[in-house]
Amino acid sequence: MLKIEAIFRPERVNAVTDALTSVGVTGFHYQNITGQGQQQGVEVITGRGSQTATRASVSKTLLVTIVSDDKKDEVVNAIIESTRSGDIGDGKIFISEIADIIRVRTGETGEEAI
Amino acid sequence: MDSGHTAWMLTASALVFFMTPGLAFFYGGLVRAKSLVNTIMLSFMTICVVTIVWTLWGYSLAYGPNVGGDPIIQGLIGNFSALGLDGIRWDPIDSSGSFGGSGVDVLFQMMFAIITPALITGAFVERFKFSTYLIFTIIWITVVYAPVAHWVWGGGWIGADGAGALDFAGGIVIHITAGSAAVAAALLVGKRANPGLQPNNVPYVLLGAAILWFGWFGFNGGSALLADGYAVNAMLVTQISAATAATTWGLIGLFTTGKISGVGVATGAIAGLAAVTPAAGSVNPLGALAIGLGAGVICYYAVELIHRTNLDDALDVFAVHGIGGLWGCIAAGIFAVESIAGVKGLIEGSFDQVWIQAYTSIAVLIYTFVISYVILFVLDKIPGLGLRVSETNENQGLDLAEHGEQAEVNDGAN
Repeated sequence: MLKIEAIFRPERVNAVTDALTSVGVTGFHYQNITGQGQQQGVEVITGRGSQTATRASVSKTLLVTIVSDDKKDEVVNAIIESTRSGDIGDGKIFISEIADIIRVRTGETGEEAI
Repeated sequence: MDSGHTAWMLTASALVFFMTPGLAFFYGGLVRAKSLVNTIMLSFMTICVVTIVWTLWGYSLAYGPNVGGDPIIQGLIGNFSALGLDGIRWDPIDSSGSFGGSGVDVLFQMMFAIITPALITGAFVERFKFSTYLIFTIIWITVVYAPVAHWVWGGGWIGADGAGALDFAGGIVIHITAGSAAVAAALLVGKRANPGLQPNNVPYVLLGAAILWFGWFGFNGGSALLADGYAVNAMLVTQISAATAATTWGLIGLFTTGKISGVGVATGAIAGLAAVTPAAGSVNPLGALAIGLGAGVICYYAVELIHRTNLDDALDVFAVHGIGGLWGCIAAGIFAVESIAGVKGLIEGSFDQVWIQAYTSIAVLIYTFVISYVILFVLDKIPGLGLRVSETNENQGLDLAEHGEQAEVNDGAN
């Protein structure tokens, strides 16, 4: 079982959730986050004359889902296809092992509980 | 100078002004959070741009003959005698008792011109190009609003000097034109990528509706153009219709969905206000109760019906203002009381007024639709303009894409 965490542009969130649903991933959660990557923040205009302010954090969306090992490539591709624009700031995907899952209602564990 | 009338008309002008910021929040609360700044800015910039147009040529085209000279085309359009507000007088009421052509008339009518294009914006929120909208507004005020205002209130073919239609405060001039242009705009800009109503802030919706309601006392009460018993009746029937329509909408919601929604009641109130607008100078309190009840029922089902079509009129401008305004115009003919309106309505046995109300309303509906469609069609074809933002910008939200700003920035320690 793998935990897939994807950071991407907020405006892509509907595309990502659609893509995940289409490859059979029905469970995930996501939230709006701020932070910075290689780009180290963005300049924003303030609207008062030509003043600008460097904001060290960029808005992104972080989506987390747990999938079985054999679905890894399919899910990663679905996320890439729905988020890639080719420009700086497309985001990253992190994959890690999950030790166990327990479904609270039934007590099922492991892949059964995904 | 009569200080009492002057004080009331100045106050009424300020009240009508405040409706547009109220509308900005009413609409702002109804959209997705990523386009909240844009939705408010559509109304805010309308205030600024229309003021300039009105000063330079708008007032003159609509009401120029009140200042001097003959209309360019009798019954259809004013003239250029008041370009740049040249020649207006400062005493609100002249020796013949007329309010037209005074400085406070310019101010009061300006606020009506401002809110009308702002109402249209509800149809195309979350996807319309901001710069194109500003150009559209300048043209629309010139070729739709100013002529129609002239037809109804400036001595043209619809109002007291023409067909004799009753349009006290702008059922035809404001609500039917806005609703009709909204359909043209929604058709041409197309559906949103993700249609449907997802209000980001219901308190904004209710607060915005309350501000509109408050401003409407100036809108209808001020349309008596004097501080007299006519104004008192107008304010009273305004309150009754708004409250009745809001209650009606809430109850229909309760019986069909099991809940009374804040967005629904706010919308019902606006429908009731739009409907009583043309009738506020011709009906009595019980007539207003009937108009409010009708507005609640008719506009509720108009919204339901239009949602089943392919038209993405995002904030139901046509269902609430177009249909609400049309109902109000016809209702003004049904419930007119001779002691108030000076003409008999259907309830007093005369069908004539209903017919006058109906054909003039429909004529303006069609005129507005055709001209608005042509303006938008042409703007869409001009390179560098166009009606719609790019798909990426629409997904990102118009706040960042069009203004480089966000309603709320959650930057942590920053």
